[in-house]
Amino acid sequence: MKQVVVTGVGAVTPLGVGAATLHERWAAGVCAIKDGEGRCDEFVATDHFTVKEARRADRFAQLVLVASREALADAGWADDLPYDSRRIGAIIGTGIGGIGTIEANDRTLIEQGPKLVSPLAVPLMMGNAGAAAVSMRHGLRGPSYGVVSACAAGTHAIGSAMRAIQYGDATAVVAGGTEAALTPLSRAAFAAVDALSPTGISRPFDVRRDGFVMGEGAGVLVLEDAEAAHARGARILATIRGYGATSDAFHITAPPPDGEGAAAAITRALEDADVTPDQLVYVNAHGTSTPINDRAETAALKSALGERARTVPISSTKSAIGHLLGAAGAVEAVATILALRARVLPPTLGLEQPDPELDLDYVPLVSRELVVADGKLLAISNSFGFGGHNAVLCLEAT
Amino acid sequence: MTQPTIDQIEKVITDSLVTFGADPDAISRDAELEALDVDSLDLAELSQILEEQFGVELTAADVAEIKTVGDAIDLVAERAK
Repeated sequence: MKQVVVTGVGAVTPLGVGAATLHERWAAGVCAIKDGEGRCDEFVATDHFTVKEARRADRFAQLVLVASREALADAGWADDLPYDSRRIGAIIGTGIGGIGTIEANDRTLIEQGPKLVSPLAVPLMMGNAGAAAVSMRHGLRGPSYGVVSACAAGTHAIGSAMRAIQYGDATAVVAGGTEAALTPLSRAAFAAVDALSPTGISRPFDVRRDGFVMGEGAGVLVLEDAEAAHARGARILATIRGYGATSDAFHITAPPPDGEGAAAAITRALEDADVTPDQLVYVNAHGTSTPINDRAETAALKSALGERARTVPISSTKSAIGHLLGAAGAVEAVATILALRARVLPPTLGLEQPDPELDLDYVPLVSRELVVADGKLLAISNSFGFGGHNAVLCLEAT
Repeated sequence: MTQPTIDQIEKVITDSLVTFGADPDAISRDAELEALDVDSLDLAELSQILEEQFGVELTAADVAEIKTVGDAIDLVAERAK
């Protein structure tokens, strides 16, 4: 089976524009959540786009365009694509797509009638618009499509890209996730289903946790066939060692209390990677700060990792930036790779009062140096979505 | 609806093209829409605006005949009579 490597990363998150900014600020303990939301305040569309480009892309597509530009430059692709463009794909996940565009056009429909609904409505709101934008911007003519699996979409996109390369459908894929759903309808809808934190605080695994905090952003990784990447002398950031995807088939918004489906996805990812739980040096948790997720995820980790679950350091990126929904898995994969490479494990912020029932090592409040004597820099990154979708990546940084 | 003047039509069209991202300095009666980077989606939006402002309904066939900014102004002026 072909190995798939990561040669470039990019991110736009509430912590700032840039993947390095995400790692550095999270590791420094900066929490980007303000007024109960993780907004990308440092992202200004006019810094990156012409008027035409900006109005031809919903914010969710704008975010992934900026992250993809960074990732391609990081991979050394800024001037030229290294392979035949028909051998390079774009697979971008999202939870919701262009909901800001949908809401604006729905207002037009109600207030001014159907004749004034914008001709740009469809191309901006469609869930595949992020993948389309990345493909067009960079001239990628291989397989491109969107992945929709709620809060697991970013991880599924990376897993799907890995498989496309392994199977030979593409030599490289620009993969990631993006979301811009800080809109009135989306806020009201997530609040109605009791998923959002009424206090507006993200504190995964804390006994006081009361829901997630919504965030926005995008994460992108350039994935390449390892052999091709080596042949062109690329710098290798990491290897995607394994991927596991399962479903709960249990309830549309809740995992089973024992996290069985999540555990199966973790186990599958480790099998795919040919890695044992003892080899893991870090877990990037889904860690949403909802009472039910953090309990079920803890149960899943105990079940899948056995004794190693009690000692392996675990932390949640969502404690610093909130829950980026369909972008979360991609941003967290980027954060995991950079943490391993820096040998600094960023903390679970806000975790001041541990839940007695959640007794693992969640790296509370402050970063920790990662000491790896002579072992490998192996980690897993978990993502679980409404609908019972579970996706887990096993990553090895270099 | 009173008949719009050429100046009024020109202003609405010019403002729309600027909104779409065209370079204001490049817009003139003789400027070709293609050179202004105006494509089919922009023209669909322009048609909506012209219908709303002047009550002029332009079909896809009408729009296909428009090559320059002046063509668009003249067509709307003709139809608005």
